[in-house]
Amino acid sequence: MKYSWKKYLKKDALPSMWCAGCGNGILLGSIMRAMDECNFAVANTVVVTGIGCWGKADDYFTTHAFHGTHGRAIPIATGIKFARTSLNVIVMVGDGDGATIGGNHLIHAARRNTDITVIMSNNFNYGMTGGQYSGTTPKDSLTSTSPYGHVEDEFNISALVKECGAGYVAKGTVASPRKLQKYIKKALARENGFRFIEAITSCPTQYDRYNKLGKPTERLKDISSKTVEIEKAAEYNRDELSSKYVVGEYTDLAVEGYLERYEKIQQKFN
Amino acid sequence: MGFRDEGEKAFLQGNIAVGEAALKAGASFFAGYPITPSSEIAEHASINLPKKGGKYVQMEDELGSIGAVIGASMSGAKAYTATSGPGVSLMNENIGLACMVEAPCVIVNVQRAGPSTGLATKPAQGDLLQSRWGTHGDHAVIALTPSSVQECFDLTVKAFNYAERFRTPVFVLLDGLVGQMYETISIPEKVETEYRKLADCPPEEFLPYDFPEDDLVPAFAPYGGERINRANGSGHGRDGYADSSPDNFEMLVNRLVDKIEDKKEEICLYEEHSCQDAEVLIISYGCSARSGLAAVEWARSNGIKAGLLNLKTVWPFPDHLIKHYSQQAKKIIVPELSLGQLAGEVKKQAGNIPVLSVNKTSGVPLSPAEIISKIEEEF
Repeated sequence: MKYSWKKYLKKDALPSMWCAGCGNGILLGSIMRAMDECNFAVANTVVVTGIGCWGKADDYFTTHAFHGTHGRAIPIATGIKFARTSLNVIVMVGDGDGATIGGNHLIHAARRNTDITVIMSNNFNYGMTGGQYSGTTPKDSLTSTSPYGHVEDEFNISALVKECGAGYVAKGTVASPRKLQKYIKKALARENGFRFIEAITSCPTQYDRYNKLGKPTERLKDISSKTVEIEKAAEYNRDELSSKYVVGEYTDLAVEGYLERYEKIQQKFN
Repeated sequence: MGFRDEGEKAFLQGNIAVGEAALKAGASFFAGYPITPSSEIAEHASINLPKKGGKYVQMEDELGSIGAVIGASMSGAKAYTATSGPGVSLMNENIGLACMVEAPCVIVNVQRAGPSTGLATKPAQGDLLQSRWGTHGDHAVIALTPSSVQECFDLTVKAFNYAERFRTPVFVLLDGLVGQMYETISIPEKVETEYRKLADCPPEEFLPYDFPEDDLVPAFAPYGGERINRANGSGHGRDGYADSSPDNFEMLVNRLVDKIEDKKEEICLYEEHSCQDAEVLIISYGCSARSGLAAVEWARSNGIKAGLLNLKTVWPFPDHLIKHYSQQAKKIIVPELSLGQLAGEVKKQAGNIPVLSVNKTSGVPLSPAEIISKIEEEF
């Protein structure tokens, strides 16, 4: 039983294509263990990915999968779920994929309370294309396209998704994989509404290197040291928070999902 | 919205006939974004799909619409969307995705005058090449072109059947005129429908992109079954997992093209009017073919041997038909609401036969008189 989550893992695809020290493997493990805790059947689960480092996550799953286009994993998942409502549909997107090119789909899926779980691996940059800045890249950071320091402000993507009306939103980090697993489990166990998990992760090859955040183990410690629980966030001012990762459950509300509402309309004609 | 008589006859708008056909063909999922002159199709779907246990969802944009349609298709639904040229421009990346993952789906494009926002309420036929080559990379698609409300119905049913048969996106390429006009049509009680070939091998042996050598279309297994379905927009092997090896990718792209192009003669639908002895052959489609027919009737009554070849399938392009008539006709006239998109395709196949264009991009349909004066000039 201890390793029963391995039924989701495509072992012959290992070692993964992710760089040594990348946090995506930690996140992958947290997801698979959470799926196991929820007793998800392999045959009833669909993993939907977009494009990017984290967009390769489907390669490591034995479940049904859809590896789609950049930014469009959420609409694809919407169709998958609406056409076969009994499925567990888990979307895996990066910050470039989900918060930047696909940002419009993210906020509308949250508003609509589309009955899917979205797990965003946030490494603050486009790792696969060479470390360019994304919609979550913090101001002043160095990336391959902000060589003099990033001039834009970043999204707190979890706060944004919460404001859009999602039923469940939590942010964790790969420095605390058990906590991450707890949030993911809670999201997956819900039957209704839009669920969003943001996982702060490391990027040793690009973002962490450009910003001199240390080797992979040092970066994990760095992430831990910058973590602030959401309950304590009020103790910090805006400037102080800009260099912190505010983790925890952003929202945990009973909501009606899209399908619940739509099925009420269908039932009028039964 | 059009009304239905009690019997088989119905006085319907072209767009509504498309919607009615989708229901008859067994469609259960629509995702779309409103755009003139196609919006009646979305409205029709929103009214009717929930009554039949199906679903309508209005997405945040056309990128999302086609994404949801593809996802629903891979869950096993017959799925469709409706838009106009600007919407197809936005959908194009994922139309290639539909080709690549072999998701059966129907995309209705009620063409309006472009480029850009153009003339939102005016008909055009300027998206002919867009429907073929809008998405990047080598691929194949099917596009059907109704020129009457009856054909809006009949060819939409056909579009769903082709989508299922060949596991491919199929365009129903209307124009603002045919989509918006009303005619009395007959709606059969039942229509012939197809559903994609389902895999029946033992689950552990199932490979989502395995295909028979003689047909090239993989058997399907929907999400949620013991046969694990893996759709992949990137280069993939028969198991659906990523595979970027040169030999595999070469074979994949060739198969996606060949599975449709090899069946060209089966897919290409057309209507011939007085073609048998025609010396001047009008080749057209959609609303322009209606004016072409009137021009043929005028020519015949004036002793000119004219005929009309009205294409119902424009993609794959009916090379064989054009080649056949190039042996017989002395001149070919191609009337269209674009600056020669169809004429260019005809020229590629017509050998030494002169191909004369009658073009218009004003947002106003071609009148028979405009085609007649071309015939008069030449004969």
